[in-house]
Order: sequence, then structure tokens, then C-alpha cells
Amino acid sequence: MSLSLYPSEFRIERDPERCIVCQVCVRQCANDCHVYDEDDDCIVSNERNCVGCHRCATLCPTNAITITQNPSDFKTNANWTARVIKDIYKQAESGGVLLTGMGCDRQLPSYFDRMLLNASQVTNPSIDPLREPMELRTHLGSKPERVDFKRTGEGFDLTTELSPQLVIDTPILFSAMSYGSISYNACLALATAAQTVGTFYNTGEGGLHKDFYPYGENTIAQVASGRFGVHAEYLDVAAAIEIKIGQGAKPGIGGHLPGEKVSEEISQTRMIPVGTDAISPAPHHDIYSIEDLRQLIFALKEATGYRKIAAVHNVAPIASGIIRAGADIVAIDGLRGGTGAAPTMIRDHVGIPIELAIAAVDRRLREEGIRHRASIIAGGGFRNSADIVKAIALGADAVYIATAALVAMGCHLCQKCYTGKCNWGIATQDPYLTKRLNPNIAQRRLVNLLHGWSLEIKEMLGGMGINAIESLRGNREHLRGVGMTQNELDILGIKSAGEAW
Amino acid sequence: MGQFYEKDISGCGIVGFVNENGKVVPGDRIITAMTTMHERGNGLGGGFAAYGIYPERADCYAFHMLYDHPESKTKTEAYFETKCIIEMDEPIPTRQNAFVSNPPILWRYFLKLKPESIQGGDEEDAIVRIVMEINARIEGAFVASGGKNMGVFKGVGFPEDIGEYYRLDEYEAYTWTGHGRFPTNSQGWWGGAHPFSLLDWTVVHNGEISSYGINKRYLEHFGYQCTCYTDTEVLAYLFDLLIRKHQLPIEIAAKIVCAHFWDEIERMDEQQREIYRTLRAVYASALVNGPFAVVIGHTHGIVGLSDRMKLRPLIAARDGETLYIASEDSAIREICPQPEKVWMPRAGEPVIGLLKSPQQQETAASLQRMALFQLQNSK
Repeated sequence: MSLSLYPSEFRIERDPERCIVCQVCVRQCANDCHVYDEDDDCIVSNERNCVGCHRCATLCPTNAITITQNPSDFKTNANWTARVIKDIYKQAESGGVLLTGMGCDRQLPSYFDRMLLNASQVTNPSIDPLREPMELRTHLGSKPERVDFKRTGEGFDLTTELSPQLVIDTPILFSAMSYGSISYNACLALATAAQTVGTFYNTGEGGLHKDFYPYGENTIAQVASGRFGVHAEYLDVAAAIEIKIGQGAKPGIGGHLPGEKVSEEISQTRMIPVGTDAISPAPHHDIYSIEDLRQLIFALKEATGYRKIAAVHNVAPIASGIIRAGADIVAIDGLRGGTGAAPTMIRDHVGIPIELAIAAVDRRLREEGIRHRASIIAGGGFRNSADIVKAIALGADAVYIATAALVAMGCHLCQKCYTGKCNWGIATQDPYLTKRLNPNIAQRRLVNLLHGWSLEIKEMLGGMGINAIESLRGNREHLRGVGMTQNELDILGIKSAGEAW
Repeated sequence: MGQFYEKDISGCGIVGFVNENGKVVPGDRIITAMTTMHERGNGLGGGFAAYGIYPERADCYAFHMLYDHPESKTKTEAYFETKCIIEMDEPIPTRQNAFVSNPPILWRYFLKLKPESIQGGDEEDAIVRIVMEINARIEGAFVASGGKNMGVFKGVGFPEDIGEYYRLDEYEAYTWTGHGRFPTNSQGWWGGAHPFSLLDWTVVHNGEISSYGINKRYLEHFGYQCTCYTDTEVLAYLFDLLIRKHQLPIEIAAKIVCAHFWDEIERMDEQQREIYRTLRAVYASALVNGPFAVVIGHTHGIVGLSDRMKLRPLIAARDGETLYIASEDSAIREICPQPEKVWMPRAGEPVIGLLKSPQQQETAASLQRMALFQLQNSK
């Protein structure tokens, strides 16, 4: 093999004063970065393999290991950046498509960071969620435009029957991550955490392991173009069905599960042979247009209809069409949404930020008078509770989180999910690695995260003088923009900071 | 009107009373009640609503107009001519006093709709369209009220001076509501004073509506345009939507804008739980949040309502056939020193006073409404 021009991304600094040669790092690294040298009784580093996951540094009992970015740099060039040059080296050596994991990491403008929230002063007392009720409960699903009562002797009776709703106690759901892309223990942690918190997790397109059937009440079952693991029982056991049309990380293409991650258990759940790549078709081959989608929705509606699209430039009319085709909930996934495996060029260059997509969809549905007919779940790069509050103020009913959930479980965002060598036991099927993730601890961490974010959302609502989340939903008066053009403010439907009511 | 803010953050004093037998009393009583709450306003707005004041023209829509200049009056009248028959029009009588300055042109019209204006058959929808059109499109013209046999009298000044200016002592009404305003960020604008009105709905409001942004967008879906540059108008439109358009009982409408907390709903019996769960899910965007106390006036009576945590004061009293609702006890006792019963309504709990005799039944629509109100009474 010829010399690789691709430089090491990281440096492994091992403090010889501290290292006791216990070999924890050797055993922990699935990338073989740490090798024990028997002759010299020392550990040597293979920096070229390091992905920067920090597993070794975290577990080293003497804190002897430091992982840093390789400071060695290319000559400064605004166009031919180190990233560009390294990508070309990589492709010149492999001849393939650049692959990556997690969401878009390019420095694109974050509209979340350019929006600020309102708070009450003097004329409107802020509400203290520690002392007063503060309600986050949300009903996801289609609503009638009005309700009707009929007279019954003494009183009156409701004649309007609400269609099935997903009721959540906090406006946060776990987004689609398949069994396959993530481990059994990671799925179990998500399912149990969703049950504890009173929300939902999403199976992704990997089917559902039979062990997880008891969590069906908190499960959204995805039907994607590959139809992996889709059968009657699967659809029946879940509380809702999501038809995946696209994904924010890779609009226009289907899912990728590298054969390295297709173990015996995965093969049974997905109904595919062990070790084969599970590459979903880009479109559903039974959905070539909206009328086909309508047929699929009604075919699946014996449980409940429910669909997912990626945020693309004309997201608003597509969402409208999907609702008219019979969907009860529309999920929109933004440019920064994550993935277990996607071509880098597509992840980084296709789609629009979720903030703009929410604003456009919410406005369009209101203009068409059909906003009540479906709920909107937004996904794609929610980093904290403030992002969520802003998304709901723009018009989302709830949000999907996945990257944040993985980080809560221990993910260090090394973006190597597609290799199947996740040292944290999350995005891997290697039994030696998966047992590292304790599902009980991971569940606790997920519950803690949702609990913490919910408390923060309540604090922010209280500050605005609001005590129910529905009074925030679509209430763009509580948002102000900084550093945006008038056009961007108009698309988001918000005023500039400094403008009064 | 671009210089005005969209939302009016204000602290205020409100009062309202209804004689449930429809007996009329002159307007000096409501002025007296408002005077005791002088301190709750700052002289930047006062106003009154009166029901039963035009019995001789009870079949006409009485439009009380505020005009900034003669051109807006000319334009509005030309617009009226296209849609309505003007049975009579005249200046609203006023009495100069030292405390009211720069009034707009105040004019009232008694209108009947031309048959061709009633697209789709609902007369009241046609009136709503006319009101929205004038407020949104005719510069300098503002509809203070446009209901039958009722009127709104409002302006910039303390309520007692505004009441004196409009010669309210010369009117007799079975329902009066009043408002003294303490705006914190709004300029002196006659249209910005309370009550806000649509058809025969009037709202006097103390507080701030933090859910305004979504309430406004929700109402736009049903064709209501928020043009008054204040949060209060959403309450008038919400009640019009819920009661007139959606035909909901008044108590249910109150429980939509002031929803039960989820933990209260969970403690209800199954049938009630399903009712209130459905209401909250379907009418989530009609929940009114933030501190407020309101008195909503209507041909058939009044409703007092405070927010779910009662962050603004509201007190009620009953004496015989009259129900009183006010921000302060003093306002009631000034005009009714020994009421039979005085009570503090709980947070979010509506206080409803309705006419007993069906004397206001001009149209089939209002008959239907009466049935709903009586249904409530019978509970």
C-alpha cells in the first residue's frame, strides 16, 4: 500500500509520569490506537487511527492521556482549506464517496442563535414555575376546526370525537434511530426513557426487536423506503406510524446501514441476510407522487397515519400536500439533522435550516386554513431547551431530538457512526462494544436531560408570563431577531430586536 | 395609524353591571362607579358601553364612528352607501369640558344592510366584514361599535370626563360597562380606549395578553383581522367566534379562553374529562394567557372573567336583579352600598349575568343564542 497523504487528525499525548501501563486504553480502543509493546513494557500510539472519541482519555485511571487536534497545518488558503485538501486525499486513495456520520457540521448561520426570547417586566408579572402550575402537555394529531355540543336533558354533551392523539408531557420526542444504526442497549434506553417521561421514541427504519414490544405505547414505528422489518405486528404494536419520505441529513437519498453493523439479531429484525448493506431506495417505489402517498397513508391508517419529510426548499407546499393526503402529524427534519451514515456532500449541502422550514410551513398551513388538521414536529439539530422554545414559538408543536439524546448517553460526536466501531457502545453492534452502554444508566441520563430541559422551558415560559405551552406555540411576538436581513426576519415572521409590540 | 403599537400593555380599572329584568338606568351611575377607581387610570383612556340605549331604532346596526379628518368621514360614508341603507345619521352629542381635548369627529349611523351585501345569508358576518374593512382600509376611520341597540362611548381622558363629554347621563341602559385606562406604552388615541367592540360584543379589559401573538394568528384563520393595535380586541373576536360562529354555550367559551389546568381535568369524571380535554386540544390557540380581568358585554348580559391564576383583581356582587362586576369593591359599593352578596370569583371562573326576559330577539340567530344561554341558566 502506498503512503497515505491523509494526515492524522488527532494527537495522542501520553504522560509517561502518569501512565501505569494498565492497558485500559488498549482494551477500550476499537480503532487500535493504543498498542502494548511487550518488549519495552510500554504503550505506543497509532495516532493515524484516532477518531477523537475520547474513550481512552475518559477511562484512563491516571488521567495520563490527552487527545488534541493535530496542530500541524496546511498553508493557509481561504478556498483550499485543510478540510477540502484532506477530503481529496481521502478520495484519491479510496475512489469512493465521502461518508460521514451525525449532522452537518459546517459553519452555516444558525437562526436559533440569532433569535432572542421575550420576558415580562412590571405590567405583566412573570410566573414562577416552582410555585405555580406550568403546563407542557401537548396533543399531537389532527384536530377538528370546532367542537359541537348537543342538548341532553339537564346539560349538554360533546358530539365531537377527537381522532387519536399522541399525548406528551413535554414537547420533546426521541427522533428516528434504527436498531442497527444504534445498539440494542441504546434502543432499550430510549424506549424506557420515553416511557418514564411520557413521550415517544421512533424506531427509525430498522424494524422493532420483539423485546421492545412492551414499550409499544411509547413507540412510533417508521415505514421507510426499504421496508425493513415492516410487518403487521410491527405496525400494530406501535402508537403511531411514521412514513419516512426524507431525512434532513440526506434529503433525496435513502438510508444506509453498512453491512459491518448487520449482526444476527439485526438481520432477524430487519429481515435481511447477515453482513449485507441495508441501502434503502431513494424514493418509496410505491410513492411516485402525492396520490400514491395518500393511498399508503390510508393503507396504514388502521393504526394511525403519520409522516416525515425532510426540509427542502419547497417544504411548505409539500407539507400542505401531505396533510391533504391524510396525515395527522408532519415531521420536518432540518439541514442539521443527524444520521448514522450519509454521503458528506449531501449531508453538508442539501436542505435548509429547520428554523426557516418551521416558519414557512406554519405560515403556509395557516394561509390555507389547514393548520389544525395536523401537528408539526420539527427535528434537526436542537442543542438545548432555548432552541426548542424558539422552534415552538415559530410554530412547531413539538420537537424531535436524536443527537442530543446520543450525547446524553455518552456520544462524543466523533462522527464515525458508519464504521460500526463506536467505542461508547452506542452506534455499534459489536458485542464487545455494546455491553459498555448500561441501559439503566443511559435511561437515567436521558430522563435527566428531558427533565432538565423541561424545567428550563417552564422557566422561560414563566418569564414570558405564560403558563401553558399552547400559548407559546406559533406566538412569534415572543421572538426578536438580531443580525438578520429584513428578508430573513420576514420569512421567520418575527420583528427585529428593539422593536416593541 | 402606523405610529401606534400593536399591543397595548395596560393596567386599568373596569366595572360592569346588568339588570337581569332589563330595567334601564341612566349613565351617571356607571360614571360614579368609575370615579372611585380614578387612581387605576392615568387619563389616557376612558370609555363605556351601554345596551338598550336605542330602543326606537333597535332594528338598525348603530355604528359609532371616530374620524381623524373629514376625508375619512367622506370615504367611510361612500363605503356605507355601497353596502347599507343609512336610515339616519347625526353627530354623537357631546358636552365640552375642560378635561377632554382634541376629540376626533364623532358620528353615529343607524344602518340596515342592503340585501346584496349579505353574501351567504349571514347578516352578522356581513357586518363583521364591513367593520374589518373600515378599520383596516380606510385611513383615519375607526368603528367604535356597530351592534344593535347598543353603543360604545370612548376617548382619551379620565373615564368620568369622557362620560361627561358624551352626556351619558342622558342615556338609559340595562347593561353598562366602563373602563379607565393606564397605558404604559401607547399614545393617546381615541380608538385605543376601551371598550373594544364587534357586533354587540364589548370588552373592557385590565391586563396584558401574553398569548396575543398566537390568538391573533388563530383568529386570522377565521377571517378576523386584528386592526386595533391592542391585545384586547382578540377577546371580543374570540367570544364572537366561539359563541356566535361555533354556537358554544357561554360557559364553555369561558372555559376555552380560560382553560382548566390539566390536573383539574384529570380529577373530573370521565365525561367531563373528555369534554375539557377535547376543548383544550382543539382550542389550544384560543387559550388566553397572561394577567387579565375582563367584563364582556353583550345584548343578553355580561360575563366577568379573570385569568387562570387571577393576576388581576375582579370582584362580583348581586343585589336583587342586578349583577355587578368590578376591579374594586369600592366601585360597586359607591352605587350599591348594601349588596345582598359580594364575592371574589375564583381564578378563571366566569361570572355570568343574563337577561331573564327574551326581549332582545330580533333575529333567528339571536333566538338560537338565547336557547344556548337558557340552557346554561337551566344548569
